[in-house]
Amino acid sequence: MEFFKTETQINFLGVKNIAAVISILMIIASITSFVVRGLNFGIDFTGGTVVELAYTGQADLDHIRSVLNNSEFKGAKVQYFGSSEDVMIRLSPRKDMNNAAISNRIMELLGSGKQHVEMRRVEFVGAQVGSELAEDGTLAMIYALGGILIYVALRFQMRFSVGAIVALIHDTTITIGFFSLSGMEFDLTVLAAVLAVIGYSLNDTIVVFDRVRENFHKIRKTSPIEVFNISLNQTLSRTIMTSFATLLVVLALFFYGGKIIHGFATALIVGIVVGTYSSIYIASPVTLALGISREDLMPVKKEGAEQESRP
Amino acid sequence: MNRYPAWKYILIVVILLVGAIYALPNIYGKDPALQISATRTAQISELTKLQIEKALDDAKIKYKSVEQSTNSVIVRFSSTDIQLKAKPVVQDALGKGYVVALNLAPSTPGWLRDMGAEPMFLGLDLRGGVHFLMQVDMKAAVRKDEERYVSDIRSMLREKDIRYRTISRRSKGGIVIRFRSAAQRTKGIEVISNEYKDLNVTALDQPADEYRALATLKQKAIAKTKDFALQQNITTLRKRVNELGVAEPVIQQQGQSRIVVELPGVQDTARAKEILGATATLEFHMVDEKHSVQDAVKNHPPPGDRIYYDRDGNPVLLKKQIMLTGDYIIDAAAGFDQLSGGPDVTITLDGKGARLFARETRDEVGKAMAVVYIENKTQTEKVNGKEVKKKSTIEEVINTAVIREQLGKRFHITGLSSSQESRNLALLLRAGALAAPVEIIEERTVGPSLGQDNINQGFQSVVIGFVFVLVFMGMYYKAFGMIANVAQLLNLVLVVAMLSILQATLTLPGIAGIVLTVGMAVDANVLINERIREEIRNGNTPQASIHAGYEKAFSTIADANITTLIAALVLFSFGTGPIKGFAVTLSLGIISSMFTAIMVTRAIVNLIYGGRRLKSLSI
Repeated sequence: MEFFKTETQINFLGVKNIAAVISILMIIASITSFVVRGLNFGIDFTGGTVVELAYTGQADLDHIRSVLNNSEFKGAKVQYFGSSEDVMIRLSPRKDMNNAAISNRIMELLGSGKQHVEMRRVEFVGAQVGSELAEDGTLAMIYALGGILIYVALRFQMRFSVGAIVALIHDTTITIGFFSLSGMEFDLTVLAAVLAVIGYSLNDTIVVFDRVRENFHKIRKTSPIEVFNISLNQTLSRTIMTSFATLLVVLALFFYGGKIIHGFATALIVGIVVGTYSSIYIASPVTLALGISREDLMPVKKEGAEQESRP
Repeated sequence: MNRYPAWKYILIVVILLVGAIYALPNIYGKDPALQISATRTAQISELTKLQIEKALDDAKIKYKSVEQSTNSVIVRFSSTDIQLKAKPVVQDALGKGYVVALNLAPSTPGWLRDMGAEPMFLGLDLRGGVHFLMQVDMKAAVRKDEERYVSDIRSMLREKDIRYRTISRRSKGGIVIRFRSAAQRTKGIEVISNEYKDLNVTALDQPADEYRALATLKQKAIAKTKDFALQQNITTLRKRVNELGVAEPVIQQQGQSRIVVELPGVQDTARAKEILGATATLEFHMVDEKHSVQDAVKNHPPPGDRIYYDRDGNPVLLKKQIMLTGDYIIDAAAGFDQLSGGPDVTITLDGKGARLFARETRDEVGKAMAVVYIENKTQTEKVNGKEVKKKSTIEEVINTAVIREQLGKRFHITGLSSSQESRNLALLLRAGALAAPVEIIEERTVGPSLGQDNINQGFQSVVIGFVFVLVFMGMYYKAFGMIANVAQLLNLVLVVAMLSILQATLTLPGIAGIVLTVGMAVDANVLINERIREEIRNGNTPQASIHAGYEKAFSTIADANITTLIAALVLFSFGTGPIKGFAVTLSLGIISSMFTAIMVTRAIVNLIYGGRRLKSLSI
């Protein structure tokens, strides 16, 4: 089985302006949503208490809401979690009660109903811890990008590095924008997924760049844009194969991994799709636009160079 | 062409064998078990084991085995239902001196355990349990320190005959001393700064007629106090957790003033918090030997005395005055007395405690001194169906001993009945004092059913994702796809083995990390196989194509994996809890997938195709 029997001749970079417009629109939408709507941060970042309850049979959300609103937990957010038998209750941080007291009180309030209720999970994060996590998360993102920038600059060339970083910022912005637009909860695991997306998307970009570097050495007398196009075509089969395989496992995670991992899997799915797109339509055009040329890569000694000379 | 030297094959086989052995314990699963440990009044012995067996037999509860180790007994059952039924039976049979805890004991065979092979450590989200993040109240630690200075300065000024009116701690910190005259103040300041190097003492101008001086702790001293408070809290928490009988607890410092406590398998968070939240102190009191204890019990204790009880409930008449508190204890170690050979406990005090104690015990040689352990517990009890919080204080004389000589920095308590007792006493002395209160600032509880769901779902998603990839690779790359699949399987075994060897904690995000590595490990083989196809398309011979394919793909694979590794390492260093778990499995997965996807597949390819004349490749 093969997707492409012969080498494709797709002019990827011929549509780079269209791609740029699409990307810019998506980024603007993401940033606008981020500014206007913000993110639906989980308690990891905001602080507060989450209580997960399992009912036998369908849970009556209206009843739960009214019980809670008539108690000291006014304004608690109540929603189904995964199924209509599981309920998640979110409470904002409070000082007057400790966590065990909160969970005991909630069980007391809701446990008196007809249905059997089981406490599945209680999470409490102090407001201070939350803001620290948010800070650490942002720092982690910046350091990861910095580390990658340096590595790619050393292994390739600064222009590639910038191209790769622009693609990564593109991917993270759109992934986070997706969470802002959809209103899905943004918790610690989603942050981990966003960082994994950085790794993944970079993976894709590096493979293309690697081929570009090789082709700059091998194919003479062609314009840089041609070299990029050839390289993108040569790696296309691999790009699609890998993205498809990774998507398969992430989809398995999405459908079978359970609801706690749902946000994580969603972020990865968005990230893989956007990351695959960006390594073709963003990283390469940006590197080209920065004026990459054959000479830039000459001093770099290429692995496997002796292979080429072999008959 | 395409041959590996023998050592490479051997290396690969050895690595895979070791991996397989250390991954093996994970398939044995875990038995629901009861872990029985003794509190400070009881001991674990052969008798305990017999008692448990008898109790279970009498109640007609079937058990798999009863294993006794030095400080605990583990009873294994075939199901959690039986385990839950057995718990009250065993608890009743053994009585209050023992802690009976629910546990999951790995059923790893002995020969594997002997090799140090243990199953992976499952995170709280997978096995259920409680996670606490505690903040040590450093302000209180400093305040306590200042309060101690207040009484120290008071007695010292009295001793040196410097006249003062009042000494008190200001609510915003610092100690204010009101002297009787300016001359006394000058003298007082000099004496205090000489005696207490950790204090800055200055005269206050306002109000002019009161001759005040202000003593504040130096920055270095505050830092020391804080560090001490943290360490002491960790020791204390460790002891308390032992009391809870939790199987594999985690108690770690996090940052400057925080402690992480993870109690796997614990469901009763309320009880856990009560035990963890108890505050304990130690006090050394002189025994009143002039008056009769019996009289004091019948009537009133003489003025300045108080009746305490020891652990067996016998009354002891002690002087109210505190000789020393547990705060000064740096260390307490169980050992053996060099003279008599009997068990003893060696106590080490800090400098100030040593001076204080030397002064206090100078005139008490030949008299008996008692160590009192004081614990403040809050317990929730059900009264008429309502939960009521009860505060209780346990005061217990844990040891009385005769002072043989003036005591200083290091001294011994001898005359203990057994080495078990000396160990217990040392533990109590070490952990006895909680220097500063702790507050829980983060708490995560995962119920056991959710934990099991998470395991099942996590496992399911790994298997399904994995099968998808295997089928797809086999269809797409035929023989080479199958070889890649073998590598994938081995990769999974190696990741599990590494997690087991490191005893890293596997969490749900960790499983996600493994799933992701499966996806990304495919990439290496895709790169190689696509290259080989390309070479064949370009008209090269199969052997040359294999060689070139691996050769050329290598730098790409290395670059791609190293960059991902950078991201994973950053995640590891910045992340906490769930993120860290993800980063660990992702990093390990990247490393092992490089090995399996490149080295192992090449070895298999070389074995199958190497050194043969080939017309075509199944790729």
